[in-house]
Amino acid sequence: MALLDVRSLTTSFHLRSGIVRAAQSIDLSLERGETLGIVGESGSGKSVTCYSIMGLIPQPPGRIESGEVHFDGQDLLKLSDEEMRQIRGNKISMIFQDPMTSLNPYLRISTQLTEAIRVHGDVDEKEALNRAITALEEVGIPDAPKRVQSYPHEFSGGMRQRVMIAMALINDPDLLIADEPTTALDVTVQARVLDIIKDRQERLGTAVILVTHDLGVVAGTCDRVQVMYAGQVVESGDTDQIFYDPKHAYTRSLQKAIPSLKAKDEVLYTIAGTPPDLSKSVAGCAFYPRCPFPKVKEPEGPVPELVELPDGHCLRECGYCDRSQPIEEVLAQDVEEDVQ
Amino acid sequence: MTRFIITRIIQGLVVLLAIYALTFVLVALTPGSPFSTERAIRPEILAQIEAFYGYDRPPLERFWTSLTNALQGEFGPSAVYANRSVTDIIGEAFPVSLMLGSISLIVALGIGIPAGIVAAVKRNTWLDYLPMSASMVGICLPTFVLGPILVLIFGIGLQILPVSGWGAPEFIILPAATLGLFYAAYFARLTRGGMLEMLNQDFVRTAQAKGVPQTTIVWKHCLKGGLIPAITFLGPALAGIIAGSFVVETIFQIPGLGQWFVKGALNRDDFLILGLTVLFAALIVMMNLLVDIIQVALNPRLKYEK
Repeated sequence: MALLDVRSLTTSFHLRSGIVRAAQSIDLSLERGETLGIVGESGSGKSVTCYSIMGLIPQPPGRIESGEVHFDGQDLLKLSDEEMRQIRGNKISMIFQDPMTSLNPYLRISTQLTEAIRVHGDVDEKEALNRAITALEEVGIPDAPKRVQSYPHEFSGGMRQRVMIAMALINDPDLLIADEPTTALDVTVQARVLDIIKDRQERLGTAVILVTHDLGVVAGTCDRVQVMYAGQVVESGDTDQIFYDPKHAYTRSLQKAIPSLKAKDEVLYTIAGTPPDLSKSVAGCAFYPRCPFPKVKEPEGPVPELVELPDGHCLRECGYCDRSQPIEEVLAQDVEEDVQ
Repeated sequence: MTRFIITRIIQGLVVLLAIYALTFVLVALTPGSPFSTERAIRPEILAQIEAFYGYDRPPLERFWTSLTNALQGEFGPSAVYANRSVTDIIGEAFPVSLMLGSISLIVALGIGIPAGIVAAVKRNTWLDYLPMSASMVGICLPTFVLGPILVLIFGIGLQILPVSGWGAPEFIILPAATLGLFYAAYFARLTRGGMLEMLNQDFVRTAQAKGVPQTTIVWKHCLKGGLIPAITFLGPALAGIIAGSFVVETIFQIPGLGQWFVKGALNRDDFLILGLTVLFAALIVMMNLLVDIIQVALNPRLKYEK
């Protein structure tokens, strides 16, 4: 049985301006030790999915409308606040995007690390501090016994993110959710942070959900990938399937938008338009207005289901566009039309 | 830290000197004199009086004499009340104002800060709306309205507390409430604002993700930062309270500094005005220094700034 099994999870935010359907019937499953990448633009529902699993959706205005989150045999959505609190930081933990604001500037690193240990176990202050120092050493903080007494502002961004990782892994969780852990960091530091996560994962057998909009990060770290758009999963599969055989128009556009190292003077491709307003319901395909492929017919009716292909590759096949040509040719034609 | 405190003390002394000089000039420039009365005084007597108080000397020399005296804690004689020095008057009235001020401050902090914390934690519930509406009323009601209302209810209506006066413990309740509730209203709003800002920070989400219970998040993670706006206001509030609101002391007939300030200004009692102004200024400078020290203690990020 899978460690984490999320079934048709739907989370929305009831705001004065309307209901924002931030995550719509999300399915995902994860085995122990496996890494799942969730990719998509800002506002595609990646973070909301993670917060829903963690039970960190502020309610109100947020509301988990339906779905099940089976973790290690129990449905997390049915647990009381107190039971959920005991799981958070212990069995499931999370790393956030911005290490500059995710640590409390008013408390010492030692206080914040030992707290994570002591809320989940009867450990005395001294032993907790020793464990905190060990945890810092494991993520490569030099001179840890001394630096553990520092405040967050005395650390650089990369070091703070390492502290966050140490804190998230300090209770040996079964699942680590990393919400864009490298977005706010320099490229050189990004690789280091990902290495630390991977290294710890291999040693502890932790399952990881890696949320990112950086496809390069996904290719290097994930076993499977889920592509999200407008609150829905549009395509999912093995990392190789998504990278070598992307099917959905959105996945293919996203991949095209990665700048290549070779081409000089090449105009960078961006997906035209902006993601749709999630408080309005969409007919047919949410990506249709931005789709670069030739349109076949006007979208109508409900959004098609996510269908599993024989090789395990899942796709939300819409049929409103013609994706028989490679995206490069489609885009080249667009440019020609523009010139004319 | 020591260097920071020493620098601030020196700055404070410079500020006090400037205030002393400015007040001296303003008082000297004001037309009339403490000795001009409705009845004409014979010129030779006036000259004698002026000589006694040193008014016959050139202004610069007068300033120097009064400054050196002030540095020794002697603010000169009262120009109006015979045989009483300004230092005597301060010595008599200051303890009264200090007592009233301390108790008002306890009322202000003891009600304002807990109310603000509760309102922030239980935001958008009646535990937020009720204290916040009350504090809005508190801020809008000037002390000269709140004071008489309290007197009407507790002094005249229920007849359980004295209407005015000073001397026994029960006399302090109504004035301290009048003065304290006004500041409690401010502290409640500032604390709520500060706490709300902290509760919306990313690190609160981190703490939740660690499984820290909500009460610990409030007390351990948010309180230090959440109190900073209230602490900042503590400087002006302390000075305002301890100096004794002129209005409250007048309403309740309390023999504190505020009354003397009013009398001094009306009688053109030069030395009294000068002495009290410097005392008020010194209080404010000291309280602001105290507030700065508390802030450094609360906020680790301030410690390393040069």
